[in-house]
Amino acid sequence: MFATKVTVQLRNGYHVNSNTPADEYLIPLRLTWNASPLQVVDVAYPKPRLENYSFSTKPVSVFTGDFDIVSRFKAPPNSPQGPSVLVGKLRYQACTATACLAPKTVEVRLPVHIQ
Amino acid sequence: MAKTSATSGKATTEDRKPAPEFSLKDGDGRTVSLAGYRGKVVLLNFWATWCGPCKFEIPWFKEFEQNYKDRGFAVLGVSMDEEGWDVVKPFVAELQVNYRILMGDDTTAQLYGGVNSLPTSFLIDREGRIASVHVGLVGKGDYEDEIERLLAAPASGSFRRAGVGMPAFALGAK
Repeated sequence: MFATKVTVQLRNGYHVNSNTPADEYLIPLRLTWNASPLQVVDVAYPKPRLENYSFSTKPVSVFTGDFDIVSRFKAPPNSPQGPSVLVGKLRYQACTATACLAPKTVEVRLPVHIQ
Repeated sequence: MAKTSATSGKATTEDRKPAPEFSLKDGDGRTVSLAGYRGKVVLLNFWATWCGPCKFEIPWFKEFEQNYKDRGFAVLGVSMDEEGWDVVKPFVAELQVNYRILMGDDTTAQLYGGVNSLPTSFLIDREGRIASVHVGLVGKGDYEDEIERLLAAPASGSFRRAGVGMPAFALGAK
């Protein structure tokens, strides 16, 4: 089993919803991995911050600044050996204290060597 | 990532530009044109269900619709939700939105400068010209002051002479 880190860097003043927003309409941060020779064990997000913003009467569960998302993988016994690329998608939706940007999905590519 | 923060702009009466015309569908599938609101003061609000600041403004806009509609005012909410009515209809029902909601598209957003940040709202005068724009959450009082001012302003000579308001907004306005 091995772990990989995807580091996210947000500009000062911005936040993204955490992976567990309280409001059902908010778009959570989500890292998903496409099918590959490796099996995803889990994806761990940092502990969200509960921030107060003028647009919400309740604290909002967010990530700010720089943070890591840690994915753990394992290689099944019959997985082919050699180089491979893990491809994932990071879905996020960013806001400032007063305005929001449209949700986006960016591709994450991680070269690995299975042996 | 594009930069976003609350900004506002106002145009003097002489400098106002025509609000770009568009036709979009409402939740009942009816086509609604901005031209149908000529003669009214319109708050054109681009928003989305996933936008916290947009959600915060909705109770204000409901109040404006209720308080000013008899004086020739209307709110038009243009949703920019990619998932469409499947997410917008339950949201609108839950918040008991009392003004007309339309489903936006990229073409309409481009007509209004791209609408990269939400909420983005335009106040349009009775002659279909953009009086002000607000990008991001601004104060409720800012909207109220502007709406009152636009409602109190006399229609221009060309509008009175042409008399284009009544037939047009009788067709399209809620």
